[in-house]
Amino acid sequence: MPYGRWVRTRTAWQAMAQRPLGFLVSAWPWRALAYLLSGVVLGALTIGVLAAVVAVGVVSLIFLIGALVLLAVAFSGLAVARVERWRLRLVDTDATPDPHRPPPAPGLRAWLRTRLAEPATWRELAFTFVLLTALCWLDVLVLSFAFVLPWFCITAPADDPSAWPWAVLGVLLLLTWPYTITSWAGARAALTRTILAPRDAELGDRLTEVNRSRARLVGAFAAEQARIERDLHDGAQQRLVSLSMALGLMRLDVPPGSPLHDRLGEAQEQLSLALTELRDLVYGLNPRVLADNGLVAAIAENASRFPIPVTVDVRLATRLPQPVELAAYYVVTEAMANIAKHSRATSAHIAGRHHADVLTLQITDNGVGGADPSGGSGMTGLADRVGVLDGRLRVSSPPGGPTLIHVEIPCPFG
Amino acid sequence: MVVAEDSPLMREGLVSLLARFGHETIAAVADADAVVTAVRADPPDVLITDVRMPPRHADDGLRAAVALRQAIPGLPVLVLSQYVEQSYAAKLLDSADGSGVGYLLKDRVGAVAEFVAAVEQVAAGETVVDPDVVRQLLRRRHDPLQRLSPREQEVLALMAEGRSNATIGARLHISDAAVNKHIGNIFTKLDLPTATDGHRRVLAVLAYLRG
Repeated sequence: MPYGRWVRTRTAWQAMAQRPLGFLVSAWPWRALAYLLSGVVLGALTIGVLAAVVAVGVVSLIFLIGALVLLAVAFSGLAVARVERWRLRLVDTDATPDPHRPPPAPGLRAWLRTRLAEPATWRELAFTFVLLTALCWLDVLVLSFAFVLPWFCITAPADDPSAWPWAVLGVLLLLTWPYTITSWAGARAALTRTILAPRDAELGDRLTEVNRSRARLVGAFAAEQARIERDLHDGAQQRLVSLSMALGLMRLDVPPGSPLHDRLGEAQEQLSLALTELRDLVYGLNPRVLADNGLVAAIAENASRFPIPVTVDVRLATRLPQPVELAAYYVVTEAMANIAKHSRATSAHIAGRHHADVLTLQITDNGVGGADPSGGSGMTGLADRVGVLDGRLRVSSPPGGPTLIHVEIPCPFG
Repeated sequence: MVVAEDSPLMREGLVSLLARFGHETIAAVADADAVVTAVRADPPDVLITDVRMPPRHADDGLRAAVALRQAIPGLPVLVLSQYVEQSYAAKLLDSADGSGVGYLLKDRVGAVAEFVAAVEQVAAGETVVDPDVVRQLLRRRHDPLQRLSPREQEVLALMAEGRSNATIGARLHISDAAVNKHIGNIFTKLDLPTATDGHRRVLAVLAYLRG
């Protein structure tokens, strides 16, 4: 299978690395040629327009309008960069995002203020100067080397039979034009991308925004859980307990041993089962002890309900922010549920510390190991929970055990 | 008695249940601040309170009860909770000297007669802990308690609930002498000095379990 088929070619340079024949018959040499020719045209146009604008600006500087005209020169980079980014698609199919931000308010003032404050504007102006002083001349030079020079070599010695080596050289040079053109086009594209693509900081805002919305979603989910828990607690649970109490009182009025007495007893038993189930459900939604007494108490409480012995060694100086406590609690309980279900362990250990802005948790068991983070949706769910808080979760679980889950959650104000 | 419970349905139910057994409720309140005011104004024989209450809708009721027990030594408090939480039970048992306190799951009020008996035990200065809490404590401290036989664990659980030897014997269908023997064994195995009277042995066991 040809190399180019299974590695999708995205840039001119990648295309050159293919098998020669594949490259020569592809569109890439022609795209590179189009890129360089349009570069020459763009350079020439820019030189022409800028020269005219500067001339007009200098001449009319006596009138105030000249300053405005020269200001337009400063913004010429915006237009040139726009065309350059669009042209870049010829030899680099990855989109180059626009580094500019939309102005916060409509109107020319806000637009000017935003653009003047952006480093990208000045990078683009610098690129325009590089284009005018070097790049478009180099385009011309490379194009000449690829086509004009071979043409001279072939035609010049036509009347001199002893000069045939020149003709051979000319033909060879002409045959290699795809490589000459494409290599310069690739270099020029790389340079263009480096200068005109957004910096990390310029992308940063958008990335942070995405994170925040993820955290918002998790927060909304937690709030909804708390609401359901509250509603069940204040509503259904209280009513059922009252009902059980009423049944108990009724039972007192009925002679013991009568059929009604027994029926009431049965009803109470059913009710008690319902209450137990409801309690487990509500507890799973939002353990009160976590909110009231904090992470250490909640983990200890959970460990005491656990079917196998768990030693807990979690030491925290203070309460942690609520999202951190919640995430840490769910990681621990979910990890322990996994241990109970799959590990066949006979003991487990939970350790937790808060050091230098990071909460670390370690959950170990002496089970059979072989926990597969990629297979279990539970594990990825845990990683997601921790990931929202910029934390990370690592698992070591060789077949035969033991299994170790290590969690780190950044937590600056602990 | 004073009843503190934010759900009107539960509050009224508790009051009429207690009245049925001849106990007078001097105040029935719905939030933690009102509990403090009511109890300070007229200390009752027992304060029955929910853990979770306004104003914060967290463990306000429990906090108020613990604070009141510090202010009024010997004030008997029975705390009702939707959940079995050792940390709540421990907080309560650590308040004052741990006598005259009860911690029960809310569901227990359904068994009306037993619930009222528990209220009366707490009023008499005994300690009543929900069987579920005891079960958890038993499970948590594996090491020393694994030395107990299943029967001895049963006896210990019933002791923790505040049952008398006679009741324990009736429950497990064994003689008083057998109960005494089991209790003796428990104390020996847990390295506790033998004590004879009611709630102190429970406290000793719980204190040991809380470790």
